[in-house]
Amino acid sequence: MPSTGRIVRIAGPVVVAKGMKGSQMFELVNVGELNLIGEIIRLQEDLATIQVYEETSGLRPGEKVVGTGQLLSVELGPGILSQIYDGIQRPLEIIKENTGDFIARGVSAPALPRDKKWSFTPKLKAGSKVTGGDILGVVPETPLVVHKVMVPPDVQGVLEEIAPEGDYTVEDVIAKVRAPNGALHELAMMQRWPVRKPRPYKTKLDPIQPLLTGQRIIDSLFPIAKGGTAAIPGGFGTGKTVTQHQLAQWADAKVIVYIGCGERGNEMTEMLERFPELRDPRTGRPLMERTVMIANTSNMPVAAREASIYTGVTIAEYFRDMGYDVALMADSTSRWAEALREISGRLEEMPGEEGYPPYLGARLAEFYERAGRVVTLGSEDRVGSVSIIGAVSPPGGDFSEPVVQATLRIVKVFWALDTALAYRRHFPAINWLTSYSLYLETLEEWFRNNVAPDWPELRKEVMAILQKEAELLEIVRLVGPDALPEADRATLEVARMIREDFLMQHAYHPVDTYCSIEKSYLMLKVILYFNKKVREAIANGAPLTRILRLPVREDIARMKIVPYDKIKDTVEDVMRKIDEQITSLVKSQKVVVV
Amino acid sequence: MSIPLSAFKARKYRTVSEISGPLLIVKNVNDAAYNELVKVETGSGEMRSGVVLESADGYAVVQVFEGTSGLDIERTAVTFLGETLKVPVSMEMLGRIFDGKGQPIDGGPPIIPEEELDVYGSPINPSAREYPKEFIQTGISVIDGMNTLSRGQKLPIFTEAGLPHNILAAQIARQATIPGKEEEFAIVFAAIGITAEEAMFFRNEFVRTGAIERLVTFLNLAENPAIERVITPHVALTVAEYLAFEHDMHLLVIMTDMLNYGEALREISAARAEVPGRRGYPGYLYTSLAQIYERCGRIRGRKGSITLIPVVTMPGGDITHPVVDLTGYITEGQLIMSRELHRKGIYPPLNPLPSLSRLMKEATRYTRKDHMQLSDMLYYCYSEAQDLRSLVAVVGEEALTERDKAYLAFGDAFERRFINQGVYENRSLDTTLEIAWNLLIEYIPESEWKRLDPEVIKAYCPKYRKEKSS
Repeated sequence: MPSTGRIVRIAGPVVVAKGMKGSQMFELVNVGELNLIGEIIRLQEDLATIQVYEETSGLRPGEKVVGTGQLLSVELGPGILSQIYDGIQRPLEIIKENTGDFIARGVSAPALPRDKKWSFTPKLKAGSKVTGGDILGVVPETPLVVHKVMVPPDVQGVLEEIAPEGDYTVEDVIAKVRAPNGALHELAMMQRWPVRKPRPYKTKLDPIQPLLTGQRIIDSLFPIAKGGTAAIPGGFGTGKTVTQHQLAQWADAKVIVYIGCGERGNEMTEMLERFPELRDPRTGRPLMERTVMIANTSNMPVAAREASIYTGVTIAEYFRDMGYDVALMADSTSRWAEALREISGRLEEMPGEEGYPPYLGARLAEFYERAGRVVTLGSEDRVGSVSIIGAVSPPGGDFSEPVVQATLRIVKVFWALDTALAYRRHFPAINWLTSYSLYLETLEEWFRNNVAPDWPELRKEVMAILQKEAELLEIVRLVGPDALPEADRATLEVARMIREDFLMQHAYHPVDTYCSIEKSYLMLKVILYFNKKVREAIANGAPLTRILRLPVREDIARMKIVPYDKIKDTVEDVMRKIDEQITSLVKSQKVVVV
Repeated sequence: MSIPLSAFKARKYRTVSEISGPLLIVKNVNDAAYNELVKVETGSGEMRSGVVLESADGYAVVQVFEGTSGLDIERTAVTFLGETLKVPVSMEMLGRIFDGKGQPIDGGPPIIPEEELDVYGSPINPSAREYPKEFIQTGISVIDGMNTLSRGQKLPIFTEAGLPHNILAAQIARQATIPGKEEEFAIVFAAIGITAEEAMFFRNEFVRTGAIERLVTFLNLAENPAIERVITPHVALTVAEYLAFEHDMHLLVIMTDMLNYGEALREISAARAEVPGRRGYPGYLYTSLAQIYERCGRIRGRKGSITLIPVVTMPGGDITHPVVDLTGYITEGQLIMSRELHRKGIYPPLNPLPSLSRLMKEATRYTRKDHMQLSDMLYYCYSEAQDLRSLVAVVGEEALTERDKAYLAFGDAFERRFINQGVYENRSLDTTLEIAWNLLIEYIPESEWKRLDPEVIKAYCPKYRKEKSS
């Protein structure tokens, strides 16, 4: 029996209600005459402290608070993809149709459309034994994603009935399962799951496949694994959001969950306008068909911001359970942490560092731990993954602040965005000296087998040149470039080529925006071949200044805008030119010497 | 506001139990609404206003906009008005001057409201927004050429004390046009804790250009109550929203100085003994700023727009100061004033390297094909020049290569000819890009033009255009 109490205190998004005996932690409640949605976050005798997901202006003590008996949950079933939801899974498009361009309070609409019919094809026969995670049937939700309708994790027994092929709404009963204790479960295509509870799986697996992103610096220098975790910290203007958008566009995942958590409204608009137009490079279908967006922009209520990342990750886990690779982007986890801090402050909890609650690290760890490559529930042992990529917005770009530090203790990949690089418009502004990926070793085998046997060596060579460049630049800063020997100046030039012709990637260039791993490999191969040839030439007496004027350098610089289908020919051509031009340079040099 | 507030008429209490900073605690109140508007009568009969910050069974915390100086515990009377903070709006507001709460102070008649709107508004549904892409020409090279402004964008000016940010803001307001379009526009100017002299400067500028008829002014000057500053931006934006989205006008909103807003917020937070975030500012500073800045933009299917230019002082030039930093995280870019350029006599002293307009790629799609690439090229050359300047300081100019010397010379010319322009000089975009091309031709060898596509060079570079025409 849900409890009914009345408000005794209101301070911003936090409301305290009396007479709430019998409520449970994280239960959803309706607050006040407007039926604002809230969640219980503390219980003390018959007092319940509630965070309210909507603006609380006008609420007054004495108004009623009614429990719902349910935890904050999401609706899972066909109809999630291509949607844009707020932090508590209210469909923003439908809310706009119902209440206009500005979000009114106390409005609600079901997350999944109730009247839409989906074409369901059963995959199991009546009489079979089923357990949580088994696939009852499939629905072609979008041309990109087949939605697998699963037995909810906590249900098992004998399938007594299953609906024949046909069109059904998400609420129609499509299967009946008799549990061992005799209870009958009537299953619809839609199931609910509480957002704060990770969906169960059988076992976690090692991350041994990369999540390719089409971004050269990420894929070749600091790769993330499927089921892995990564953080992108950076001050404002360093390109966190552009990087996240690039990953959402090009990551080779089946489903993308993008959480705009306390960020700009226009950024969500940009995705909403662009994603239906952008095509998936592998299938040619609009990217929107594999994307779910959660938008809780900075001006929307702060408590719903706190909930948004849980809503997003639960949806991600649901698609993982179907056996899909899911990539989740959270932009930005700092805003989520600030929401946590604001609520904590209103609860008058003892603060930790910079006013953040002491449990900040634990909450962040819980969130990132929901990533992983797993064997899912169900009898067929599907493998699915959730990869989590979180942006962090450190105040003043200072990486020593609590959210960055707490995040770094958990995540395995660190893409450090650098203000100095952003100032010189080097994008993506990922600093190659401070970033790291702890998946290099586990992924090494995959790269050897699927890209090229010498891939890891190539990568090491590139990193060594970049490292050497940093050391040499120290010297140049002290004594000027003229004091360096030719070989070191050649290193500087090659490093510059790696930076400008390889690492820099133009997000809005039609070709350059996406670079396949094969193309990355070939590009690196050419640059390193040039490096080798330059060294030989210098050893043979050719002056660096003349090598630098070789026209082939232009060809190398333009490799990045060569379309993928022409890159092989181009690379052969460029390699040949390197040979020719350097050979003739060395020859002419010798003639002069003689 | 659909709460049946009419059921709660004005209720008067004389039960103030505590006065602390700008806050009053009123006892024995059981039905104050959160954010309810309050009238405060001092012992001497003076009237002040405030809002409820926290309400509970038995007490209410009231924030007094005009401050609590002169209030006493015995005689102060507090009346809860049964409504939340609203501002009357009307087309008649154009040309008028108001205080920071929206009351007329120009001696004119009171506003007959067409509507009364909640000052905090409601968030725009993200799926109702339209992405800003219409290029606004400001006539200022370093903005138009390298940090273009779009209709519906929020682009702050980060500045330091003593720099000509007001002159620049006024120049933008004066010159901003959409090339080839004549549409209804209006300016909302919100002075937040600035001096009367600065406010007069803006007023004179607008009078001189005839924009005064289309100007709504809100003045909370340095001498006015500090706490009032927390609502001035909201009042100004409520009026802007009304004109933009109900009357299809294009609004340019200038707010100066948002640092003062942040400080007022901090004062209230300190008085409430809240747990502070960075440098004493409350943890919700980001949310509060976002609730202001995010009110600008465009909405699909509506003609009007709100473009916002907040001016924020960086105390001691510190760009990591919380108000500046958080503003940068919310706005779509930033224009940064540099004391160094100012000292060199460059106006506007905007340093393009840390400045950024996030919407530029969209806006430049509709201008000229060479626009974005030229901008990238200028960025590259100027940042090379800057690096070389610091190198020269250590090793001297002799140690540089020919290439490096070219960049160094470019840097100086770029500042003098491209960034620098007159306060009343209104450059078209074509003029701006022409200057950029000429600088490249004069100083940078063509083999270094890596960010320019060969086709673009052929089509737009004056060198080749002339060859073609001759």
